[in-house]
Amino acid sequence: MAKILAIGEVANGIPKKATREITSVGRSLGEVHTLVLGTQAEAAASEVARHGAEVIYAVESSDYNGEAWSQMAAQIVREGGYEIVLIPHSWAGRDVSARLATLLDSAVISDAVEIHNEGGRIKIKKPVYSGKAFVWLKSTAAIQVVTVRPNSQKIEENPGAGKLEKRQLDLSKVKARQISFIPQKSTRVSLTEADIVVSAGRGIKGPENLYLIENLADVLGAGMGATRAVVDAGWCDHTLQVGQTGVTVSPTLYIAVGISGAIQHLAGMGSSKYIVAINKDPDAPIFKVATYGVVDDLFQVVPPLTEEFKQMLGK
Amino acid sequence: MNILVLIKQVPDTEAKIVVSGGKVQEAGIKWIISPYDEIALEEAIRIKEKTGGTVTAISVGDDLVQQSIRTAYAMGADHGIHIKHDQYQMLDAFAIASAIAKAIEGRDFQVVLAGRQGSDSDNGQVPLILGTLKGWGVVSFAKKVEIDSQKATVHVEAEGGEAIYESTLPVIITANAGLNEPRYPSLKGIMASKKKPIEVINFADLGLGTVSRIEILGFEPPPPRPQGRFIDGADPAAKAKELARALREEIKVI
Repeated sequence: MAKILAIGEVANGIPKKATREITSVGRSLGEVHTLVLGTQAEAAASEVARHGAEVIYAVESSDYNGEAWSQMAAQIVREGGYEIVLIPHSWAGRDVSARLATLLDSAVISDAVEIHNEGGRIKIKKPVYSGKAFVWLKSTAAIQVVTVRPNSQKIEENPGAGKLEKRQLDLSKVKARQISFIPQKSTRVSLTEADIVVSAGRGIKGPENLYLIENLADVLGAGMGATRAVVDAGWCDHTLQVGQTGVTVSPTLYIAVGISGAIQHLAGMGSSKYIVAINKDPDAPIFKVATYGVVDDLFQVVPPLTEEFKQMLGK
Repeated sequence: MNILVLIKQVPDTEAKIVVSGGKVQEAGIKWIISPYDEIALEEAIRIKEKTGGTVTAISVGDDLVQQSIRTAYAMGADHGIHIKHDQYQMLDAFAIASAIAKAIEGRDFQVVLAGRQGSDSDNGQVPLILGTLKGWGVVSFAKKVEIDSQKATVHVEAEGGEAIYESTLPVIITANAGLNEPRYPSLKGIMASKKKPIEVINFADLGLGTVSRIEILGFEPPPPRPQGRFIDGADPAAKAKELARALREEIKVI
């Protein structure tokens, strides 16, 4: 059976959703051990074991350090003789994976949305051009390093032994290190992790109307996004931009409000499971990808829709 | 301060990507510098304008990439290096990073800037591999960069907030959107860029052999989306009610 190391993050003792996902994927491919890094990492062990980890390496780390994390992971991979390494294609995961693969004399096949095991060789499907096309890749390296798109895989309950091993990071030799951190003011769920995303397009007409989208997002516990047009106009921060030069999302539900559906925007959200489009122009390209389309004035639709959800959810 | 900028030539982000026979059809595509690399280039030129030194743009590809090196000249780069490989599509990030590492051996760069990812492959691995091969600090997703003679201070768009990193030099920094607004090349710059020589290095002459570890098995178009439907209703409120019902009862997402 293939020996697999999953590498994921923990915050305040709680494993990130993507950590559960890659552990589940690892379990389906062979014997999985999970390396968790973050704050109160040890406390996350039993939670990660639920998804199949036989061994859990816990590493306490108050802030991300690509050099130290990749060196730690490389040491564990070599010592443990792991053949496949799975990492979420998250903010930290994409940074640490390329460093780790280089240390292991390997390469990363990244951002997998589909994973197949063909006699011990992993074959993945990955979106390119932000989802305008897909490519199938295979690694020919001895140790296969794969990053997996968050939200793309099922989380399975399949308990493993979860034997805990503690490790300590060595930060003494790193070239770059974090010196401070300014937390985001918003408490809203991050765009890439959100199950539901509500996005605003130019139809919103101005920053003074964004509260409509915010209210809708907050009732649903959703992440909030925007189009490039909205960001370029300076109506909201560029970190909210969904599309080819912004964030790519694939939530269960994407609600596009006042969005026409430019090709580079469709690229960034086209892999969402269900899409709702609210736009008064019946010819808007967004309707071609929509599961449900509402042709009407967003200013007349969004407030009663928010109310409906409030009542449904008892808020 | 001598700065190296890694630039990748990619299809225009407004381009429709057509896949047939397992390949991306390149006919009729307009090629541009990958948008994040353009931001990296702009940052390099701004640092040079402040502290002096040179900006070198390096790109791996067939002869077509010289077009992007000329654009870099027009914006203000001083030197251009073209690592020539006619089947560059088959090279993986490790091969490209290894070629760049080899090509810059013995040259003196304190700062390397690159985009956070190419807007085609969306990998973002080359700067990280290069930094790991060289043993240099790498800071990803920069939104603000300050360089002095000893160190780089980089504000980073991190998950959940803004992280500030400090790195020794040489350093590799990847540019995020929002770092700056790239300039348009001046007419004078465009004219001058046409005559400027480009240093060409043949990939085969770098002595790397076959370094790619990733095999491309084939491209495919995105799956067609299932047919949707329009929500009917007498007025906007009725449509809102029906939509909420459909989301709850038909697809059970609320």
